[in-house]
Amino acid sequence: MARKTAKKGKGAPANAGKKESMLALTWKQLIRNKMAVAGLILIGVMAILAILAPVIAPYAYDKQDLYHTFLGPCREHWFGTDNLGRDIFSRILYGARYSLSIGIAAVAMSLVAGVSLGALCGFYGGKLDMILMRVLDVFQSIPGMLMAIAVSATLGPGLRNCIIALSISSVPGYARMMRASMLNIRDMEYVEAARSVNARDGRIIFRHMIPNAMAPTIVQATMGVATAILVAASLSFIGLGVQPPAPEWGAMLADGRNYIRDFPHLVMFPGIAIMLAVLSLNMLGDGLRDALDPRLKN
Amino acid sequence: MIRYIVKRLLLMIPVILGVTWLIFTIMYFTPGDPARIILGTDASEAEIAALQEDLGLNDGYVVRFVRYVKQVFIDFDMGESYINGRNVGEEIGLRFPYTFRVAAISVVIAVLIGLPLGIVAAVNQFTWKDNAAMMAALVGISMPGFWVGLMLSLAFALRLGWLPATGIGGPQYYILPCLSIGLSGCASIARQTRSGMLEVIRQDYVVTARAKGQVEWKVIYWHALMNALIPIITQVGTMFGIQLGGAMIAETVFSIPGIGTYMVSGIKNRDYPAIQGSVLYVAVIFGIIMLVVDLLYAFVDPRIRAQYQSRKARPKKAAAEGGK
Repeated sequence: MARKTAKKGKGAPANAGKKESMLALTWKQLIRNKMAVAGLILIGVMAILAILAPVIAPYAYDKQDLYHTFLGPCREHWFGTDNLGRDIFSRILYGARYSLSIGIAAVAMSLVAGVSLGALCGFYGGKLDMILMRVLDVFQSIPGMLMAIAVSATLGPGLRNCIIALSISSVPGYARMMRASMLNIRDMEYVEAARSVNARDGRIIFRHMIPNAMAPTIVQATMGVATAILVAASLSFIGLGVQPPAPEWGAMLADGRNYIRDFPHLVMFPGIAIMLAVLSLNMLGDGLRDALDPRLKN
Repeated sequence: MIRYIVKRLLLMIPVILGVTWLIFTIMYFTPGDPARIILGTDASEAEIAALQEDLGLNDGYVVRFVRYVKQVFIDFDMGESYINGRNVGEEIGLRFPYTFRVAAISVVIAVLIGLPLGIVAAVNQFTWKDNAAMMAALVGISMPGFWVGLMLSLAFALRLGWLPATGIGGPQYYILPCLSIGLSGCASIARQTRSGMLEVIRQDYVVTARAKGQVEWKVIYWHALMNALIPIITQVGTMFGIQLGGAMIAETVFSIPGIGTYMVSGIKNRDYPAIQGSVLYVAVIFGIIMLVVDLLYAFVDPRIRAQYQSRKARPKKAAAEGGK
């Protein structure tokens, strides 16, 4: 850790000549947090492994070898092989591509929709706010998992539909959170200043208000990727998400479940992969929350 | 107080209608023809056409929606399952006890483990106890519930043979499913408890309690915990509400004949009445549980109780908080 950051002042270092940007401050707070750094490294490594999967993976994810089915972990097959003799280690590497991209894409989509809806509601208030919030009430009174299952049953299985199903169910959460923070800053001086120089509403919302209201949403989004990965795995576990033979972790669990009595490694490794991905994102999210939430600094 | 309850129940009506509309629309656009599913692959086209007419599948969107709403809300009839012809309302009633038992036991497990864990972590903040408890909780919320279920049944049912792996019978059948749901739930309760306790533990009234010589456990459990209880109640209530709606994945893993498995099989078989009925049930149950949670606030916190009693004093603020 750099010496500058080692100074344990109360909150931000007050004597840093130039005022540091929020981003730099947050980053400093974040890398002081061991758990967050561990999470960041872990998820970074997983992302690199996922991107480089074709290079690293010792076998193709769909290469069958019917002479060597149900092998336990050994030197040729680190995590063993499954019922069709496919290398589980390679499948998990490729599976990381599915899980991470589903998680990130789903959160990105619901962020865009949720943040704009919430910002509009918070900024304009009135009837629009009333109506949209009641509509979101309706969406929220159906549990997210059920909503995702229903939507993906409608759209049919597949990667793209799975992403859509996951993102629809988490829009209301982001919208609500954004609306709450917009309400908090609606009467701040800088908003009034922007208004006084006759800035358009769109500019005030997107340029001045949203960046200032994003902090809780960013934390929520990090955790949201974790949740999306979990729900995506559950969806393919009951046969609605990504379909076999794609090496999605949840689908691998569903396949391996039939052989759990004699070959538990088919179920063990994909589960651990899911857990590590979700755990690292949660650790990062916790760290971000501590870094962004001024109330918890001490 | 009673006026408030009535008002909240009335406010639920538009939400329930909205949910009905939403799920009806989703099902309307779901591909797959129920008539074909009911009759199987070897039915003739004429038979299928006749059944389509019979089920009213040929009518327009609005006609079908109005008919459904009238059937459910005026005649209190959720219709019959396309698959086995049984009344959806009765079927849900039959399955409810299983889901209720699983939900109740797993929430109790979650609270019994989560609450003490969170309190210990908060009281010993930044010590190894705190770190260990929070690391365990973090791992707990990061594991997929169904995987925990699979691993538990691998260990205790298949390997050790102590407990039955699937199905429902005596009390021993409930242990594994409830444990797997409860373990995931206790992690989030522990985290909520810790952060709630940390917020109140440095408040003046806690210092006062200590200063007057109150014994430590009473300071923690009476002065601090009572004030940190509201977000914890919300968390527990939400968990209970969601579980009452049917633990879809856990019920599937352990083949419990509850509402969760009913929904999953309904969705797989395009059994519209079953899906619509059970989603409606989930929405109603969830709304009621949330109302109970709000009422519990008043029970726990005298300040909120006072708000209900003198609503005229600050009607605006109460309304704003209710709308959040």
